[in-house]
Amino acid sequence: MIDPKELKYTKDDEWVRFEGDEAYVGITDYAQSELGDLVFVNLPEVDDEVVAGEPFGDVESVKAVADVFSPVSGVVLEVNEELLDDASLINSDPYGAWFIKVGSISACEDFMTADEYDEYRG
Amino acid sequence: MGTFIPNTKEEQLKMLNEIGYKDFDDLFKVIPDEAKVKGELNLPDGLSEIEVARKVEGLAAKNTIFRSIFRGAGAYNHYVPSAVDAIANKEEFVTAYTPYQAEISQGILQSIFEYQTMIAEITGMDIANASMYDGASAAAEACWMCKDRRHSTFYVSGALDERILTVINTYSFGRGSKVVVIPTKDGETDKEALAKALADDKEAACFLMQYPNFYGIVEDAEELCKITHDGGAKFIMYCHPLALGALKSPGEVGADIAVGEGQPLGLGLEFGGPYLGFLSTKQENMRAIPGRLIGETVDTRGERGFVLTIQAREQHIRREKASSNICSNEAWCALRAGIYLSTIGAKGYEQVATLCSSKAHYMAEELEKIGMKRCFKGEFWNEFATTCPDADKLLAALEEKGILGGLKLCCGCCDAGCDTDCILWCCTELNSKEDIDEVIAIAKEVF
Amino acid sequence: MKLIFEKSIPGRGQDIFPACDVPVKMPAAPLREKKAHLPEISENEMGRHYTALAKRAHGVNDGFYPLGSCTMKHNPRIDEKMAALPGFAKLHPLQPAHTVQGAHELIADLEKFLCEITGMAGVTFQPAAGAHGEFTGLLLIKAYHTDRGDTERNEIIVPDAAHGTNPASATMAGYKTIVIKSNENGTVDIDDLKAHLGPKTAGLMLTNPNTVGLFDPNIMEITRLVHEAGGLCYYDGANLNAVIGIVRPADIGFDVIHMNLHKTFSTPHGGGGPGSGPCAYKDFLAPFAPGLVCKDGENYERAEKSIGNLTGFYGNFLVMVKAYTYLLTIGKEVYTLAQNAVLNANYMQEKLKDIYPIAFDTTCMHEFVIGLDPIYRKTHVSALDVAKALLDYGIHPPTIYFPLIVHEALMIEPTETETKETLDEAITAFREIYERIFNAPESVQMAPQTTPVLRLDDTKAAREPHLRFDFD
Repeated sequence: MIDPKELKYTKDDEWVRFEGDEAYVGITDYAQSELGDLVFVNLPEVDDEVVAGEPFGDVESVKAVADVFSPVSGVVLEVNEELLDDASLINSDPYGAWFIKVGSISACEDFMTADEYDEYRG
Repeated sequence: MGTFIPNTKEEQLKMLNEIGYKDFDDLFKVIPDEAKVKGELNLPDGLSEIEVARKVEGLAAKNTIFRSIFRGAGAYNHYVPSAVDAIANKEEFVTAYTPYQAEISQGILQSIFEYQTMIAEITGMDIANASMYDGASAAAEACWMCKDRRHSTFYVSGALDERILTVINTYSFGRGSKVVVIPTKDGETDKEALAKALADDKEAACFLMQYPNFYGIVEDAEELCKITHDGGAKFIMYCHPLALGALKSPGEVGADIAVGEGQPLGLGLEFGGPYLGFLSTKQENMRAIPGRLIGETVDTRGERGFVLTIQAREQHIRREKASSNICSNEAWCALRAGIYLSTIGAKGYEQVATLCSSKAHYMAEELEKIGMKRCFKGEFWNEFATTCPDADKLLAALEEKGILGGLKLCCGCCDAGCDTDCILWCCTELNSKEDIDEVIAIAKEVF
Repeated sequence: MKLIFEKSIPGRGQDIFPACDVPVKMPAAPLREKKAHLPEISENEMGRHYTALAKRAHGVNDGFYPLGSCTMKHNPRIDEKMAALPGFAKLHPLQPAHTVQGAHELIADLEKFLCEITGMAGVTFQPAAGAHGEFTGLLLIKAYHTDRGDTERNEIIVPDAAHGTNPASATMAGYKTIVIKSNENGTVDIDDLKAHLGPKTAGLMLTNPNTVGLFDPNIMEITRLVHEAGGLCYYDGANLNAVIGIVRPADIGFDVIHMNLHKTFSTPHGGGGPGSGPCAYKDFLAPFAPGLVCKDGENYERAEKSIGNLTGFYGNFLVMVKAYTYLLTIGKEVYTLAQNAVLNANYMQEKLKDIYPIAFDTTCMHEFVIGLDPIYRKTHVSALDVAKALLDYGIHPPTIYFPLIVHEALMIEPTETETKETLDEAITAFREIYERIFNAPESVQMAPQTTPVLRLDDTKAAREPHLRFDFD
């Protein structure tokens, strides 16, 4: 899968898509393929604060669990309820399956571009 | 002298030499000398099987086996059908480990899946786990299931068995959560006190009641459930599993979690263990369940099979963030419970509940006739508390005849305000009318 | 195979209970409306159902069971027979103390034996399993620090190779887990330990021999460093079988230990339990011990600053009877258990190491770990595949994917009760599988082929949880 150019990437394999003052966050194709078939995702609640570089939730495969780190600091505006019912969406469409929408963004991690990320995970 | 090591000393030495060691000292030189025991441990000489049996049988013979038991209070003398021992003692069940390798563990996995189904059925809940250590630890874990970032106080009824409360307190000591006991009124949870406590506490996580309670009283579970939910907390019912053959089930009451001591389901008294904690809940709480869960799936040919599932909740994957540290549970006891419930079946499950209730009511009436009145007026099922002019004297007289009488309640442990001793009596299907009449006759003689 | 519910026919069943010999009377309380679905089945049909299930299970008595860290050794029949004696099995836990003196004597004797074996001063039998024992031990540590007013200590140090129960138990005891690294030899990295010790250290939890089967050569220094920092040392006794009679945890600086009676002391595991996880402690922790103890034959006492209770009564008593019977049989020669457990593991390791990559190639203790990663990278045959291939040889696979510090781990613990022939057969099976990995890898990836079911879909089970039979 080609990593979309319009997204920003982190070294922890999250992507972030900015829309105005808000950001959508998900995990990359590389991350989902390393984790294998995902069976569940734990997400924060709306109004929770997230901090750049700190975990805000986790994803479960059958035999493993991995933290998902927030690329930005801010407040959770929305969580993707669809993933709670069907985590396999993360496997089938990693760049469509956003986890949370964050607002009131006060800080960001260092991002990579799609090309830089491809290079990083080459 | 006894040993279960098959290889002879000569074979052992040959194996050692074959892989390059002179002897056992040579093999163990990886352990620093300063760490090693000097000389032999101060343990007795080993014994042959006959000698061992003689010694252990001697210890068993020092204990008294009562032919007639009227004591419950957390451990109940129910009949264990012959099939339970015969089947459960099959060595494939006894000598297996946790079913990590599903393909050769279908027998264990399916038996637990069936057990989970039966526990869900009798409690009227959606799903059950594969077992907990015992009722008390299951109660403690149930409280922890209800804790989240905003809700951390555990409320429990004052009519809860103190042994269970102690375990809940111990589990709470570590993480420093608050356990609050709601006082009783006439041997039952004080509903007003509960409503008020919950109204004053935005952090209430749960309220746990015992059903029937420690004094044997069947409290108004539906009302307590409503009060608890109105107070924003979850409702946990600690149940006698055979009472649910008669009483409204936790599912029908609207409970969030049902737990209890599964010992009455085909396990003996066993001086307190191993017993069986059961835990069932609503579907929505599935991921908060501690311990093993067995789930159905298919193999590569599409055949039905069973596996350990939703394991990412558990300690071996989630480590410090696990819902609990439990791994070994009481699987073999759960197997016994499954065999027990299959043996007595739907019909027997109702029968045994009726028998316990009827015998207890008969005994209570007979005791009342000789002046031992019930301490509380609430409805009861298998247990009830009565006054007694001199509990020690009566219990000693019963013991002399091979009868284990009820449990003497310590002074002031309840709110009855009795000015005499009190005894908590228990009847099961094993107490015949004759046995009960004998107790009454002895009591008449004593007083 | 059908579920027992699918064999149920309404109206069938077994007559267990007599007619009621007193007037029928139910409580005037709300009664059950929706009946429980329970099987209606004859004793014959039920017996066959469970016999069929037993045939689909694998216990130690069915064949070799080298499940690393689980010590699946022979469970002597005499232990079972003794635990079934009515003089134990029919005791009510709340009988007067003078009617259960034999039981108390047995518990006291077993406590003495375990104190001698561990070097500790006292034992509580409250914990029902190993993880329960860990939790108990950590609560003792917590009570000790709290009692001294030393309340800043909120960290438990755990090596990265530890069982998952260690960090999970630490959390339950209200501690933060501090993970330290293993060094290139697979043992504790002393520098990393030093870097994490401090005024917040409540204690260290250590499995020894550790989870890669190695005895930590720096063990005395490790416990000394922890004590110097004001922490206590917790010994995870899951692997005690490797050193029983040879090393005593108290002598090498540990303050508290849990043992798994269902591992080291040969009580059967029953398909997942009941176990028993007694926790032994040094003198200074005795005031915090849980449970009620009967010392004078009449009264039960609780330690003055007791942490309470972990189970409703006295723990898993019948499991204690089995362990006691076992220890009476073995007696002072317990060291022979360790000797042969270690010999058997080294024998297998030595006979496999020319082809399978051993994670830490040195003299192991009672178990060793194969790190299949280099082979996996070449062939795409995984540790799981090798485990499944062993099933077709009638061998229970080793523990796989643990410890986490070894990639594609296979952890093999033969135990002392296996013959040289059994080990040789297993070695042959491992070597045959190795050949197949390179000659016919798909035959390993498709294994097993001879089991009642083939590989099961774990993902489906977790994505569409189906935890009970649906009657409707």
